[in-house]
Amino acid sequence: MMRFSTLVRQPAAWMLPEGPHADIVISTRIRLARNLADRPFPGWAKKEERIASLNDLQPGVEGLADMADGFSADLTKLDPLQKQVLVERHLISREQAAKGPGSAAVINRAQNLSIMINEEDHLRMQAILPGFDLGRAYQMLDAVDTRLEATLPFAYHNEFGYLTACPTNLGTGLRASAMMHLPGLVLSEQINQVIHSANRIGLAVRGIYGEGTEALAHLFQVSNQNTLGEPEPEIISRLEKVIRQIIQREHDARQKLLQTNPTKVRDHLGRAYGVLRHAHTIETKEALNFLSMLRLGQDLALLNPGNRLLIDHLLVEIQPAHLQLAAKRKLSPEDRDTLRAELLRLHLRHLPEPESTPPTPPGETES
Amino acid sequence: MLCDVCQTKEANVFFTQIVSGQVQKVNLCEECSKQKGVTDPTGFALAELLLGMGTTEEKPETKGPTGTTCPACGFSQSEFKRIGRLGCPRCYDTFKSEVETVLGNLHKGTRHTGKVPAHAADAARGNRLESLRHQLAKAVHEEKFEEAVRLRDEINSLSALPAPAAPSPPPPAAPDQTAPRP
Ligand SMILES: [Zn+2]
Ligand SMILES: [Zn+2]
Repeated sequence: MMRFSTLVRQPAAWMLPEGPHADIVISTRIRLARNLADRPFPGWAKKEERIASLNDLQPGVEGLADMADGFSADLTKLDPLQKQVLVERHLISREQAAKGPGSAAVINRAQNLSIMINEEDHLRMQAILPGFDLGRAYQMLDAVDTRLEATLPFAYHNEFGYLTACPTNLGTGLRASAMMHLPGLVLSEQINQVIHSANRIGLAVRGIYGEGTEALAHLFQVSNQNTLGEPEPEIISRLEKVIRQIIQREHDARQKLLQTNPTKVRDHLGRAYGVLRHAHTIETKEALNFLSMLRLGQDLALLNPGNRLLIDHLLVEIQPAHLQLAAKRKLSPEDRDTLRAELLRLHLRHLPEPESTPPTPPGETES
Repeated sequence: MLCDVCQTKEANVFFTQIVSGQVQKVNLCEECSKQKGVTDPTGFALAELLLGMGTTEEKPETKGPTGTTCPACGFSQSEFKRIGRLGCPRCYDTFKSEVETVLGNLHKGTRHTGKVPAHAADAARGNRLESLRHQLAKAVHEEKFEEAVRLRDEINSLSALPAPAAPSPPPPAAPDQTAPRP
């Protein structure tokens, strides 16, 4: 099996600037919840019962062909920092990181498939791919599920479908989501409207980091909330349709901003560039928001192309646990801010200055 | 705005969900959101949070179970009301009516229409075949021959599906031999 140090040296698959619509959809994720038929759910099980479920599940999960040369660890064998790194990479949930004996995480080598054992359900399996690729992520995870159910007796009810600890996940146990970068909709103040209309048809939109609509780095997760009463392909296609609309609105908002207020856009970008290239101490929040602006500048061709990989990496690498891990020593929050600024200066040192003029037709160019 | 859970710290994590026309809002402080494990707000029970409850690790200290108790795991109806989750798969039968009352507000429907695991699909097919064979025998007996032919064809096409992976009892002797050809 892969060592933790090997895992963190490689970026997770979703961090690569690949996949359809990778400019706006950073990653897509499919999650399936499954439970053993004859064991109590993890939240109600006693410690010995949780360990018994783990023993039932772990060999089958580790034995999946997809998991060959992958990473597998009992949560008790990981230190808090290692767990936090996996959380920052979206490979385990924060809830799972807090679990004690009887919980484990199994992650494939490419880090696009991760299976949590004894989270809220016995199995929380997820496929996470770069870009807007829900169909492929579902196919991938569906195949894993089918292979597992050949040997594991999953709890299934003729009326309610797959049984889960919480009725919110009942039926398909399916949560499909996309992580979207929406600076255009935030800057043009259309984001609330988008969130509201998504909510109205039963989809959830929330900030990935930070709070509500003030989402840090302008990153939002769009996901389904209903899991029962519709077949999986319908749940996914409804979400896809909405995501496609949001992509379109984000594109429109960006173009409109460039046309109506190029100075505002260039000012945001210029400030971001200046701070990230020259700061000597910077908090996560500020760094995330400025990196988001660089990402936007790149997509609007105001910044040299070909830097999305770097920017998307930095969005993860500047987070506390990743920084702490790289430092190989205990850091105070102040140390972290200094180190974060150092890391940013180092990685962005060759990034050319943003275009000083907006890409408007000749004749309209500002002098 | 104060956190809905601790009522002391400033809330900075907000969720608004509108499901089936009902608005549900939750405001949490950073600490409570972490404590509740709110990494996937769509996946946790809002009701649980709003009620100021939460159990993730150990069994909660309750004042003793009230109402029905699940024979398989000992989970009680009052605990379901309190935390919005269930104790084990069998609880879904034990507390079926309680579950059904919340499902309408949570989902598009109350019946699963998606993927069926192979073992359940085989069982469902077995049940269907058995029922068709009964209907066929009845149709023959009542000399409804057109219906008998339709039933026989359906039985044949169902039987022609790949054999179940799991061991299953041998199929009863096919009564369709007796179905007369029109
Ligand atoms: Zn609080
Ligand atoms: Zn039970």
